[in-house]
Amino acid sequence: MKTPDSERDADLHAAVDGQIDQAEQTRIDAWLADNPEDAATVHAYRLQNARLHDRYDDVLNETLPPHLLGVIESPSVYARRGWTGRLTGIRRLAASLAFLIAGGAGGWMLHGQMVPSASPVATAAATGFADKAIGAHKVFVAEVRHPVEVPASDEPHLVAWLSKRLGTTLRAPDMNDVGFSLVGGRLLADLNLPVAQFMYQDDNGRRLTLYVRSTDETGRGDAIVPQDAAELTSSKVKTAFHFVKHGGVSAFYWIDNAFSYALVAPLDRPGLLAIAIKVYTELDN
Amino acid sequence: MVTVVPSLRRYARALLGGRGDADDLVHDTLVRAMDRIHLYRPGSDIRAWLFTILHNQHIDAVRRSARRPDYVAIGDEEATAPAAQEGRLAVRDLDQALALLPNEQRQVVLLVGLEGLAYTEVAAVLDVPLGTVMSRLNRGRQRLRSLMEQGPAKSIRRIK
Repeated sequence: MKTPDSERDADLHAAVDGQIDQAEQTRIDAWLADNPEDAATVHAYRLQNARLHDRYDDVLNETLPPHLLGVIESPSVYARRGWTGRLTGIRRLAASLAFLIAGGAGGWMLHGQMVPSASPVATAAATGFADKAIGAHKVFVAEVRHPVEVPASDEPHLVAWLSKRLGTTLRAPDMNDVGFSLVGGRLLADLNLPVAQFMYQDDNGRRLTLYVRSTDETGRGDAIVPQDAAELTSSKVKTAFHFVKHGGVSAFYWIDNAFSYALVAPLDRPGLLAIAIKVYTELDN
Repeated sequence: MVTVVPSLRRYARALLGGRGDADDLVHDTLVRAMDRIHLYRPGSDIRAWLFTILHNQHIDAVRRSARRPDYVAIGDEEATAPAAQEGRLAVRDLDQALALLPNEQRQVVLLVGLEGLAYTEVAAVLDVPLGTVMSRLNRGRQRLRSLMEQGPAKSIRRIK
């Protein structure tokens, strides 16, 4: 039993939360341009979302209390807070499988604010993608003599070769502005799909990798925009940014249409986010 | 599952108004989840699954402690109206404004606005129809807006 009012309200919320497609967005934008009161409402609600993130997102960066991790990882700790059940062997196996499926320890994803999108779900597949990118990062940044297959001195060849293998027009984003210069790149395999890995290095010898793979069907469906990148993605509701950190390296990863990207470096979240935004913007142009 | 824990903690913290027992709620959620892990369908959305469990644990906790005064105050505007300063509301006032929302509106406002769940996911987590989600979202946001915009004026009126 929808009234016109409730339909209009639903539209306004959908615009606030980015839970609409491009055609609806265009239609609502046109409506808002002529209806300042509704536009003010949308603005106020977006501000609410931003304030909620501003107030509570710090929780995401807190070290997880050991007793919470213990519940998942160790059945003995798990029983401690007065829990009376028992883990059967099968359940224990299922528990460890779920743990593996859901991805490595300590990872996390950011959620977004001004324009969060339709399906804010970090799928196991997407987390697996980040894990692969982090794994490849760790393997190859440790290489002293052969960190890349094709060095930056041969960049046109590197880019042409990887573009051909991935079936798209790739680019090695310019990161000199943020202190990283291209070392080179290599071809890898993930899920039987070709992967391009570009490696960069800064003056302190810190290495950063960009991992690019075509998006398989199971990896789709994430659409989370970090608050800091809200303005960046306001025109592209469908793009997802996730953050994970483990083993001393951080990764931002996102899916942009047919390709999935992961940016991995031994940096903290804000530092890596600034670079991720730059890379995303450059690749999007 | 570990990757979802920070999100569960954030939601619990906001839901319980920044109180210290948020981690207790998350703990109980994880214990419950591990107890029922055999019911989790691999490949389905573990995040939505865990939020559903957290929601149910919270409802149970609210029921259990319905006699406790700190829960009774929620939604009671006169009892906990914020003493807002002039100008923009401070962080603490956001907590207070949230605390003034009825629980079911606060849940929806936070699941959508903070956790970024799709409306249909919220409906599944709370086990209510989509239309109910939308009307709670609308009322919750309207109320939050008026609390945040008119909070100071209200205080002044009361003083007179």
